[in-house]
Amino acid sequence: MVRLPYTTALTTLFSYGLLFVFGQLRDFFRKLLGWIRKPKDQLKGYAPICLGLEDFYVRRLYLRIQDCFGRPIASAPDSWFDVVERCSNDNNKTLHRTEKTSRCLNLGSYNYLGFAAADEYCTPRVIQSLKEYSASTCSTRVEGGTTKLHVELEELVARFVGKEAAILFGMGYVTNSALIPCIIGKGGLIISDSLNHNSIVNGARGSGATVRVFQHNTPSHLEEVLREQIAEGQPRTHRPWKKIIVIVEGIYSMEGELCKLPEIIAVCKKYKAYTYLDEAHSIGAVGKSGRGVCELLGVDPADVDIMMGTFTKSFGSCGGYIAASKEIIQYLKFSCPAHLYATSMSPPAVQQVISAIKVILGEDGSSRGAQKLARIRENSNFFRSELQKMGFEVLGDNDSPVMPIMLYNPAKIPAFSRECLQQNVAVVTVAFPATPLLLARARICISASHTREDLIKALEVISKVGDLIGVKYFPAEPPKHLNQGHNKLE
Amino acid sequence: MASEIMNATANALVWISSAFDAPTRAVVFGVPIDGHLVVEALLVVVILFQLTRKSYKPPKKPLTEKEIDELCDDWVPEPLTPQITEEMMIEPPTLESAAGPHAIVDGKEVVNFASANYLGLIGNDKVTNSCVGAMEKYGVGSCGPRGFYGTIDVHLDCEARISKFLGTPDSILYSYGISTIFSVIPAFCKKGDIIVADEGVHWAVQNGLYLSRSTVVYFKHNDMKSLEATLEKVTGRSKHPEKVRRYIVAEAIYQNSGQIAPLDEIVRLKEKYRFRIILDESHSFGVLGNSGRGLAEYCGVPIEKIDIITAGMGNALATDGGFCTGSVRVVDHQRLSSSGYVFSASLPPYLASAAISAVDYLEANPSVLSNLRASVATLLSELSDVPGLVITSHTLSPIIFLKLKKSTGSDKTDMHVLDSIANQVLKEDSVLIVSTKRSTLDKCHLPLGLRLFVSAAHSESDLLKAAASLKRVAGSVLS
Repeated sequence: MVRLPYTTALTTLFSYGLLFVFGQLRDFFRKLLGWIRKPKDQLKGYAPICLGLEDFYVRRLYLRIQDCFGRPIASAPDSWFDVVERCSNDNNKTLHRTEKTSRCLNLGSYNYLGFAAADEYCTPRVIQSLKEYSASTCSTRVEGGTTKLHVELEELVARFVGKEAAILFGMGYVTNSALIPCIIGKGGLIISDSLNHNSIVNGARGSGATVRVFQHNTPSHLEEVLREQIAEGQPRTHRPWKKIIVIVEGIYSMEGELCKLPEIIAVCKKYKAYTYLDEAHSIGAVGKSGRGVCELLGVDPADVDIMMGTFTKSFGSCGGYIAASKEIIQYLKFSCPAHLYATSMSPPAVQQVISAIKVILGEDGSSRGAQKLARIRENSNFFRSELQKMGFEVLGDNDSPVMPIMLYNPAKIPAFSRECLQQNVAVVTVAFPATPLLLARARICISASHTREDLIKALEVISKVGDLIGVKYFPAEPPKHLNQGHNKLE
Repeated sequence: MASEIMNATANALVWISSAFDAPTRAVVFGVPIDGHLVVEALLVVVILFQLTRKSYKPPKKPLTEKEIDELCDDWVPEPLTPQITEEMMIEPPTLESAAGPHAIVDGKEVVNFASANYLGLIGNDKVTNSCVGAMEKYGVGSCGPRGFYGTIDVHLDCEARISKFLGTPDSILYSYGISTIFSVIPAFCKKGDIIVADEGVHWAVQNGLYLSRSTVVYFKHNDMKSLEATLEKVTGRSKHPEKVRRYIVAEAIYQNSGQIAPLDEIVRLKEKYRFRIILDESHSFGVLGNSGRGLAEYCGVPIEKIDIITAGMGNALATDGGFCTGSVRVVDHQRLSSSGYVFSASLPPYLASAAISAVDYLEANPSVLSNLRASVATLLSELSDVPGLVITSHTLSPIIFLKLKKSTGSDKTDMHVLDSIANQVLKEDSVLIVSTKRSTLDKCHLPLGLRLFVSAAHSESDLLKAAASLKRVAGSVLS
């Protein structure tokens, strides 16, 4: 968990306060000028489409540092890529593309196993399937959109993850938000981790069930909430709950932490609650053979009721899947709206996932899969330990390829991002509303295609920038000198 | 006897009155204390004592640990999914080739009326070549959301191309067709806003309306009089027109019935009652209008009058994903507050480049639209006399919707009948048509039916074959 020192909290609050005051001043002048200039007649009688209060944060805070987000790229998101330079004539309010690009080291894309760029095994097969099945089926899965590839991938995913059956969807976000209303409705209870992803929150809200939150990754608090809720029953009527589902994620994308899966499963089994595991960031990236947190933490996949994952991160494609028992999947195929109404997954994307899984399992005849898995583990552990030695505050557990570096102050966000970009390292910085207001951070995603030299260069740049802007909150370990060893021998 | 009691009471009364009138016996702090003051003081003390006593409430005992344990042991949850019935075990047909006008199902070649491939772009060489180029350059996936290095120059080019084609200031790309509308609506409608929507909108729109938490009022499907009455009622009730945002939500071509919304009427009503329009053009973009620019071109309405247009690209443009277009303010707002855009990975670059080539093709070959219209007209005239089924879709709609003339009364048996017609048509005549499927979460109550998606690539013989087969099978099943 994050420990926020008092001085840092004070300075961060002061910075935000200052920005807020200036923003309000500018808004006041804007309103004054608005009174002076008469409003156009066609908008008379209409409420403004975006109310002033809603986008105060956007207009006054976000727009100042807009160039750190949404940077366009002009090549594949591999370990090195071309970032397009943008320029602004009006103080960052609008940004325009230029023709210039700069080659940067990519520490931001979700490319855990290096399948993002053209791959020697996958790409020829993908192009073959594109020519055979074309880019889209223009139809839903239940009508004319199921091809042989979809059926093959569903069986392969079920086998890979260790469950009986699987169902595919064309987008990870829709998988969560269209699935949760299908399996639980009014009269049910959803208990979700406090830092769950927006798609889960949307799905839980759309289902109509009651939602309760438990403290991030704390099985004891989960147990307390479960006991309290089962004893009390539904709000106001006190009838017993119809069913209870506990939703957790495998790796939390903003913290880099693994979830405490064995303890949470034990608690859920004791109280007969169903478990839903969202492995968007962990499938393919952790575990000895890439099978996700269940393999890493030694949990039997049969103990988790529903396992969800996406293909965007480790497999270099798009889409999501749900793996569960045969009955659940059969029911979902009958009633899930994303299966009945949405265009089926694009066939070349399906083929990309099939080839990627085959490489990971070693079924393509080479050992590249095992090499990639070993490399990403080595890279993550090396990078994290070096950053911690330098004195940065890095979150996350060992073996997780996501590592956030805490920044806290709002001014350090654009400083870190721009300085790194000048030295040709592209990092991702995250602030409110994706994280709590005071806990802004820079998030690094390591890939199996990063070589040792890439990582050493990245470490140098980050260390220099860190010294420049003052984010080394912990004392650094002194670097080991080779001379000391020699002296001792003599 | 009575006189003695009378005497006793008289004596008591005399004693009490003398006590009251007794001369002042004590002086406390300069206040003479008369007898009655003592009694009054005692009364006050008794009243205060009663007031300070707690009223009788049965004591609230929190549950003990043992009781909670017992409750947890007793509680039995429902199974996660209900019992699997026979109808849930039906598998859809599996294609073994591209979903063009002729596809291969189970080894046999069938005429395919189940893909919304309106312009016949599946299998088009130019589109395929641009996809191959994009795949070799960018890989398959984009590996990140739009805010974190997931914006590829192809996305920006695609957005610019669509805006140029439609004549709007700006547009924004989404990575999946149905997520477009259910991300756009909650971005602009919050609690307290008023939305008037057609009752026949499809599930994605309903989900968006539910997530927005606004007040939603439905009007009768495609009925302008009902819309006017609803608008009148709603504006009568609303108190602060300048603070509450009001929207009309409609689809250009309704998926659930094939009808076309009369846009000029809706625009007239919107201007009269001061509402904004959100129009979903998934099935009309690239189909309606002389050059395929959608419903606004067809109805002769200037495109600036429609506030927000959304469309899924999985139909006429033969790719995946969706877009939303409108004024600069509308589009910029979505880049930070639309959840399906911010929290999701971006569209794979090869699909974006396929969209660009599809729009280029449409602009270069407007004759494909007249082919499509001719095919629709042919098929409609052939299907006008199918026994037992009646056409409910508009003459220009590329979705031909046939519903049962006489419904059996329950959705389930209707579904059964329609499925058997579709299965027989596929098995006996190798024509792939589909019946509408409804999810348990769908709130639309329009009748179920059979849907045929006509493509510009269907030949005359395909259309005649489909019509003949449907007439024969419907005649045998429904009579």
